[in-house]
Amino acid sequence: MEGGASTARGPFVGRPAVGPRPLAAPRLPRGRAGLLKAASARTRTRRRLAERVAGAGLLAATTVSVLTTAGIIAVLAFETLAFFRAVPLRDFLTDTQWTPLFADKHFGIAVLAAGTFLTSAIALGVALPVGLLAAVFLSEIATPRIRQVLKPLLEVLAGVPTVVYGYFALLFVTPLLASFLPSISGFNALSAGLVMGVMIIPLVASLSEDALYAVPQSLRDGAYALGATRVQVSLRVVVPAALSGIVASFLLAVSRAVGETMIVAIAAGQSPRLTLNPLVPIETMTAYIVQVSLGDTPAGTLEFRTIFAVGMTLFLMTFALNALSHRLVARFRQRYE
Amino acid sequence: MTAADPASLARRRRADRAFQVLAFAATTVGVGVLGVLVWDVLGDGLPRLSWQFLTSYPSRRPAEAGIFAALVGSVWLLVLTAIFAFPIGVATAIYLEEYAPQGRLSSLLEINISNLAGVPSIIYGLLGLEVFVRVMRPLTGGRSVLAGALTMALLVMPIVIIASREAIRAVPESLRLGGYALGATRWQVTRGLVLPAALSGIFTGTLLALARAAGETAPLVTMGALTYVAFLPEPSLEGLRAPFTVLPIQIFNWISRPQPGFHVNAAAGIVVLLALLLAMNAVVIWLRARTESAKGR
Repeated sequence: MEGGASTARGPFVGRPAVGPRPLAAPRLPRGRAGLLKAASARTRTRRRLAERVAGAGLLAATTVSVLTTAGIIAVLAFETLAFFRAVPLRDFLTDTQWTPLFADKHFGIAVLAAGTFLTSAIALGVALPVGLLAAVFLSEIATPRIRQVLKPLLEVLAGVPTVVYGYFALLFVTPLLASFLPSISGFNALSAGLVMGVMIIPLVASLSEDALYAVPQSLRDGAYALGATRVQVSLRVVVPAALSGIVASFLLAVSRAVGETMIVAIAAGQSPRLTLNPLVPIETMTAYIVQVSLGDTPAGTLEFRTIFAVGMTLFLMTFALNALSHRLVARFRQRYE
Repeated sequence: MTAADPASLARRRRADRAFQVLAFAATTVGVGVLGVLVWDVLGDGLPRLSWQFLTSYPSRRPAEAGIFAALVGSVWLLVLTAIFAFPIGVATAIYLEEYAPQGRLSSLLEINISNLAGVPSIIYGLLGLEVFVRVMRPLTGGRSVLAGALTMALLVMPIVIIASREAIRAVPESLRLGGYALGATRWQVTRGLVLPAALSGIFTGTLLALARAAGETAPLVTMGALTYVAFLPEPSLEGLRAPFTVLPIQIFNWISRPQPGFHVNAAAGIVVLLALLLAMNAVVIWLRARTESAKGR
């Protein structure tokens, strides 16, 4: 904007004459009056202009995130409406087959939703209890030293790319499961779900730990004074007191599981099937989007539009879960602050 | 908690002990799996890793295939993503922390950003496919590295914004007040005092966001990154409009093939990807340590 070189020395842009000794200068008997005089009318206009330009630029940048949300909703709504002009909403919700890529087309989202439900349920079966116990351990039991070591290690788990987890599920966990579950298929919901559960543990652990940590110490002290053991204090006092924060972390975990893509696309298969059997190949909503994207489906066709209809379903589900979770966290904060 | 007879006391102690062991075990489950995963990937992939693997293009024969195009593509994508996401993300954070009037509008903006952070990445892929690949084709050239970077920039923007806001909020209020007392304008205070103090935190957040982008696969698959790229993007504006591939996509492609030779390649590719992420995180740790020691002084 204005002279960039002088900013390096301080905040007074465009007025290098004042320099590094603005207040103590002996030639200015009235101290700050001299400083104010230096900001001549011209400088002041320039500063005001810079101020105006900066404010407008920052506001413009902020609108990008608003436009992103608007763009997501507009794109999904546009293609989804086009989809529902060809396929009745009733069929979409009640049909029990999903075969958009075959000659005999059926569009029952329940089939993909069942796949998503199955992998998510398995993942949450791992992530919720393990994550919560880990949170209790880190917040209530661990010494600061142990905590300092274990917490960053858990966070590394959250940084592993999902394609790596997919590799692990398909080529390590599935063969391992096959050694004692011989009927398991090469692609299955169990292996994908278990690995996804491990991926989500850090999310639950870290958010639940924040909630536990925020419980006032006086509650714990009170319970200990009554002779309670650590397990009693943790499970009967601290966890109930932090419940809304814990539930919020669970909801975010559900949302994450529902939206997770690569693990299920790699390890759970691409066979849409209305089943709750965790040992056979299935297809989740996200895996279907990947499957169509990998093929060369021309834009504007009904097959192409199905991925947006599926995407819209996914967006609405995760949006509802996230919104609910944020409300719970907000309520939780109010109670203890 | 009523009965205090010795038997009950012993029982409670045992239960307490058991619970602590269980909770500790739960905490180590994740770490244990991480260990097994790394050991498995290193065991499969490390023997395959060679100079040839790093400098070869993909091939139908697993033993001749390499990761060169994907590695260069990943670097391109990350640099471009940073160029788009960093200034806009930081500017948004500045606006929300230093400029926005407190009230309904600013809380709506905040809710919007936290919701964006929770949108599944594959949805960003659908957005990119429609907006950057189809509508803006004349500009982006379709399924190009430019379209991919724009999509990725939108995806990581909430992370950059949230991290930058935290860094800006951590700047002590006294610094701002001092600036205003000397007659500085809001922009002068922001640019001359707040930003320099928050910069290292902002860099840390941006690097973490880029690490996330480096591992993302789903949105790029959805918007149509190629899986077979036997050339490098030209270092020119035209090169921005060229098709591309990145490490996770190449790994995904190799995993999806039936031949075990490609699975070994996938493992070697994962080793390269994890090394890249490790390097980025090492920089983050170094930055944090530097900031902390600077604060200590």
